[in-house]
Amino acid sequence: MDNRFDVELASVTKRYGATLAVDAISLRIPRGTYCCLLGPSGCGKTTTLRMIAGHEAVTDGDILIHGENVSDLPPIKRGTAMMFQSYALFPHMSCLDNVAFSLKMRGVAKKERHARAREYLGLVHMADYADRLPAQLSGGQQQRIALARALINRPRVLLLDEPLSALDPFLRVKVREELKRLQRELGITFIHVTHSQDEAMALADLMVVMEDGHIRQSAPPRDVFERPVSPFIARFIGSHNVLTAAHGQIAVRADRCRLGAAGDGPHVNGQVIAVEYQGAMVRVAVKTEAGDEVSALVPDQMFYRKPAEPGDLATLVWSEQDTHALMDA
Amino acid sequence: MSERISDKRPWTFYALATLFGAYLLFLYGPMFVIYVLSFQGPNGGVTFPMVGTSVVWFQEVFQPGQMANIPVSFQRSLSLAAVVSVLTVVISVAAGLGFRRRFPGSGALFYLAVASLVMPSLLVGFGIGLGFQFLGWQPSLFTSALGAQLTWTLPFGLFAMFAVVNRFNRSWEEAATDLGASAWQRLRYVTIPILLPGIIGVAMGAFTLSYDEYARTTLTIGPKNTLPLEIYALISSATSPTLFAIGTLTTGVSFGAILVSLLLVLRMQRRRGRLDHDRLSVTQA
Repeated sequence: MDNRFDVELASVTKRYGATLAVDAISLRIPRGTYCCLLGPSGCGKTTTLRMIAGHEAVTDGDILIHGENVSDLPPIKRGTAMMFQSYALFPHMSCLDNVAFSLKMRGVAKKERHARAREYLGLVHMADYADRLPAQLSGGQQQRIALARALINRPRVLLLDEPLSALDPFLRVKVREELKRLQRELGITFIHVTHSQDEAMALADLMVVMEDGHIRQSAPPRDVFERPVSPFIARFIGSHNVLTAAHGQIAVRADRCRLGAAGDGPHVNGQVIAVEYQGAMVRVAVKTEAGDEVSALVPDQMFYRKPAEPGDLATLVWSEQDTHALMDA
Repeated sequence: MSERISDKRPWTFYALATLFGAYLLFLYGPMFVIYVLSFQGPNGGVTFPMVGTSVVWFQEVFQPGQMANIPVSFQRSLSLAAVVSVLTVVISVAAGLGFRRRFPGSGALFYLAVASLVMPSLLVGFGIGLGFQFLGWQPSLFTSALGAQLTWTLPFGLFAMFAVVNRFNRSWEEAATDLGASAWQRLRYVTIPILLPGIIGVAMGAFTLSYDEYARTTLTIGPKNTLPLEIYALISSATSPTLFAIGTLTTGVSFGAILVSLLLVLRMQRRRGRLDHDRLSVTQA
């Protein structure tokens, strides 16, 4: 089997009775990749993660880790470790005992497992909190303990289920940086489930966008953002206008659109329905004559030179090279 | 003109507070009278006025004679309550964990299990007594009486465990599995310790329900009485403040058991700090 990949999914399917949650998805994740599974709720991303972890049986297909078929192995034998959405720290154990839990289950003597646990608490800068109970920690601190607990088994793949969703927005950005740093330092693959495209774009080496139990696009974030394959992707990752042109649907990035006068280039006429000040940019929402809602992200200086108000007639223009043709969804 | 918001309480507050006070008096007044009268002087009777105070009626409970059966029936009640409590905990914890997942017939099984809560208690006891007679078995403490009491404590324990298990986060178990715990280790180190406050509650509840059970026990006990049955027999034969002394003593035992379990649970909750509160805010975020 091919050893260049940490994780391979070969037409993995999950069915709950008559409902198809994941439909024959295939994916190869190269060594040491930060991979984000991204999609709206109910798209099958969490189910996919749980199947890789071994908490959900696959209905059909195979999961390979380091070339070895693990589809029928229990979680601990897969070389994976999972960090749960609400962290699932054991409330009756100190942080040290939480981190040392898996060593205790393996029968490692108390002294040795505590020493190892302290080492991993140090890795996540939580050495001073060894004797605290999880309830005495903030969300961000709990997350670090959960991380140390997952890493102590030296997993080949770390699985993270919406790890940032319980944190406030400021902390989210900080913890996001730490996750990325840790992944780079450890050199192992992280698979991170999220519904936030910001998070995925900031973190991922490989961004896997899912919808309805299918993988719709799987590529580095920049490729996905610059060349979304379908109207769904373009809309889901945001900052794109999806329009119907002569030969099918097209996408244009909102930041490449301007308010101006119709010239020879591509344009669309409509009426301003909202103006949102966003700091560096101003977002102008326009309802086109065809009824589509599109928007232009205009640098603030440019906007205030010639401001627009809701109700004004407006023309959205962009240059030909920014027109991106989409596959029909 | 709009009415200003005032800090004063409306008259309904005082009306309802009075009603609640009357209710408390009605609930605890008679018991309080019994506790006071159990300290009746040696020449006093079963009603007020108090003729001095003494503890002779308490001494009489432990002296051989008319009250000879009280200590031994007290022991019977205690040991029966202990066995009922252990069985209720084991069965309702297992059932509580099992019922987290729907399975074919789970609804029917649930209603079957809790139906005995609404059945007339005397009839349940009567049925079990009849059944034993029909089979030619001798009713006794740890057979028919134990079974009869379980028909009362098990549905109670089941309901309590449902409430406890409801707040149990499934991902704790998954995390344990993920970290390599076997099914047994998961139960031993994660599930049971987290559920422990609830389990102690069920144990104490079952204990006190069994300890003062009368209706189901009376027709299934056989020749040797439990404490409530013994006291009832005494009420119809003897009238002296000794009965009150017994009442005070048994209440003391019940309160002691509840107090001990309450302290245990409080200690555990303090150790876990603001756990539930935090979990709530995490899920809401």
